[in-house]
Amino acid sequence: MSNALEDNRPDEADWAQGSTPAALEDQTFAGPAPDRAGAAAPIVDPQAAMEPVVAPAESLLRFITCGSVDDGKSTLIGRLLFETNAVFDDQMEALEKDSKKFGTTGGDLDFALLVDGLSAEREQGITIDVAYRYFSTGKRAFIIADTPGHEQYTRNMATGASQAELAVILVDARKGILPQTRRHSFITSLVGIKSVVIAVNKMDLVDFSEERYEEIKKGYQEILPQLGFTDVSYVPLSAKNGDNIVTRSPNTPWYKGETLLERLETATPETFEADGSPFRMPVQWVNRPNLDFRGFCGTVASGTIRAGDRIVSLPSGQRSSVKAVWGPDGITEKGRTGDAITLTLNDEIDASRGDVIVREGDGVLPVKTVEADILWMVDRPMVAGGRLNAKLGSHQTPATLRALNGSVDIHSYEVKPANALLMNEIGKVTIAFDRPPVATTYTENRELGAFILIDQLTNETVALGVINSLARPAAGGVRTTASAATAGAQPKSGFAKLKAEWLGGGTADDPDKAAAATAARATASGLIIVIAVLMGLPVLAAAILGAIDFLVRPFITSRLADNDERTGQAELSEKPAPYYGDGI
Amino acid sequence: MKHMTHLQRLEAESIFIIREVAATADNPVMLYSIGKDSAVMLHLAMKAFAPGKPPFPLLHVDTTWKFREMIEFRDRRAKELGLELIVHTNQDGVAAGINPFDSGSAVHTDVMKTQALKQALDKHKFDAAFGGARRDEEKSRAKERVFSLRSAEHRWDAKNQRPEPWRLFNTRKRNGESFRVFPISNWTEQDVWDYIAIENIPVVPLYFAAKRPIVKRDGALIMRDDDRMELRPGESVEEMMVRFRTLGCYPLTGAVESGAGTLDEIISEMRGSRVSERQGRVIDRDSGASMEQKKQEGYF
Repeated sequence: MSNALEDNRPDEADWAQGSTPAALEDQTFAGPAPDRAGAAAPIVDPQAAMEPVVAPAESLLRFITCGSVDDGKSTLIGRLLFETNAVFDDQMEALEKDSKKFGTTGGDLDFALLVDGLSAEREQGITIDVAYRYFSTGKRAFIIADTPGHEQYTRNMATGASQAELAVILVDARKGILPQTRRHSFITSLVGIKSVVIAVNKMDLVDFSEERYEEIKKGYQEILPQLGFTDVSYVPLSAKNGDNIVTRSPNTPWYKGETLLERLETATPETFEADGSPFRMPVQWVNRPNLDFRGFCGTVASGTIRAGDRIVSLPSGQRSSVKAVWGPDGITEKGRTGDAITLTLNDEIDASRGDVIVREGDGVLPVKTVEADILWMVDRPMVAGGRLNAKLGSHQTPATLRALNGSVDIHSYEVKPANALLMNEIGKVTIAFDRPPVATTYTENRELGAFILIDQLTNETVALGVINSLARPAAGGVRTTASAATAGAQPKSGFAKLKAEWLGGGTADDPDKAAAATAARATASGLIIVIAVLMGLPVLAAAILGAIDFLVRPFITSRLADNDERTGQAELSEKPAPYYGDGI
Repeated sequence: MKHMTHLQRLEAESIFIIREVAATADNPVMLYSIGKDSAVMLHLAMKAFAPGKPPFPLLHVDTTWKFREMIEFRDRRAKELGLELIVHTNQDGVAAGINPFDSGSAVHTDVMKTQALKQALDKHKFDAAFGGARRDEEKSRAKERVFSLRSAEHRWDAKNQRPEPWRLFNTRKRNGESFRVFPISNWTEQDVWDYIAIENIPVVPLYFAAKRPIVKRDGALIMRDDDRMELRPGESVEEMMVRFRTLGCYPLTGAVESGAGTLDEIISEMRGSRVSERQGRVIDRDSGASMEQKKQEGYF
């Protein structure tokens, strides 16, 4: 039925240019292809002009679908694919066969089987892994990440969400807002999605009750203030029967809004990457095909760059200006956010993978330490102090999980104290990088504010994270958060100084925290005494051991941490002429 | 990114992936299967490193049963682009007389494609191999990562794949492990043809309709590309106007009747088509999970 969407698409004459086999035979693509913008007037193939060819969709929308188990996500996607003619006859045939074999719909077509591809998923009737699905209408091409509902696959949901611009959050009309709905909404918000569609599914099972729909809408509006969404819409639908998916359902005459597909076709999600933001590009690869060409390849993280623009390479601080911008079709006028480009410069500078090219005057800096939210993704717990590798943009560095400052209850959205993070939990952490990457907060820039953590031994991706705030490395003339804090503090007496160091930076100023830290350390030392006695040490010796541990350990730990900090800074200062921006 | 069309976004994403491999792998290779997807992938690789050339060779696993036009096209393209082309054939399979007719499609595919690919990757110690697979092709491919880790034995562990948030690909691996990398994961068949048309990318003429010698066998239209294909009793060779939606070993690749002789006609025909492109592939039909099994064993 939605074929009409495609067939009614008006002809676009320039689409037909030069695409005859003869033209193909003549074409070689050694060297860059001709600039698209500079192409000559279109040569219209007379035959093509008579038989209009539908143009490819103009824009692309990436979205996720999420919801609790059995909310019908896979069914909804299967339905969207079916209604937009993205399911072929042979796939339908297989679906009919599979519906009888594995189906959960009692012989009716089970659309979920169109998307649950792994045999384990088909057998268990659940989605385990993110599945990517594709369909297009005349207006738009869509990439759907179908993400699992089960809590144990939260990491897969977050992965799908990180690439999406919009989220369709399913709510079962019978069950209303569930803890899972809150969890999915939180993760959706965490990775920066601003546009969400609340799809109230299974309306057929509540007799298409407007009252029930409004009740759910109200329930969701209550949790909204805690989330970062700027565009929220609600659609009552039935994925199983197709109500309000593509065409308006006669069963919901009280609903005046858009159908789900209309919403997806017209949504203009707020993206981070406004072209007005400053130009930043992580260097991905240095292209040196011969002695005369040295190009810095990368994908523009934000902003616009043109030939002649003054740039700085970070962290080295070397300056130059842009000689040429190479796009996918050769030399081009400018590079914009999301473009994969190659920059050639007017001066020989030493930049390599992991460095970031920015415009002169940009205040962005390499950062040693950041505060971040991370989602822990492996089944062994995360504990503070662990050593990992971090990848941020094209930069990779060893890093230390300096502190776990709390974990987020993804149902109540409260931050609670925590000693460890378990799989699928979100933690507030402090991370110190051995080689400071050029980074921003996630809200400022998606590319330079997001990272993954990798286990150094197994190479597993153990966490994904987003940066909330930066602590900048101390350097001449640059005010850093650390030095600002020190400068503001009152001079202390010898004992007070010792006490402050014993308690650790921020803790000393807060009596509650200080008492808690003292109690925790006393408990740890007490345990050491007990163990020592159990191992056969005389009680007095054990007590002395415990006392030494209680008094001395905090100093050792704090010295070690200081060393770590200094090493990182030393490495940074080894780079020639550090540039810390004119903007600060 | 609002300034970018759908295809421009896909193009930029693919170029990013290709460069990421060049920057992180020690010894990458591009699997070139000569089909339309490979043509697009190769075109993207040329763009990613322009004005230079891709810093890796092409590898074609030749089962000895490819269409002759494919082989001609392969050699011509590699020469035109000035790229190194490695052709590998499983000589043990040839010596054992493995062929799609007597050995059956499953054995032929395993020995001449899967085993042959492993041999070639091991022989040259490639640690990353680009493939032109797309997620829309098949259900288990829909769950495939862009950077897909393979054990030293080339096995794929579907249940234990690394999450790939944003475009932060984890490219670390241990000795002996390797990656299969799929730069056009997010392209659909329609995107591939649209892009071929926009960019004037050369493709094997077999994709365009022409009169070809066809034998109707087991419900498929098989082109008799040489006389190694013996006719069964009652079979005859007919001249039919056909084209191919996918290309593989000629005895295992069904043609479709078509008059589409230009790209525009192919695109129109595809938009109206009611069957998927893999429908012509004899090897996929066994069971729903057959691709997943083949992939676990090391098939691309």
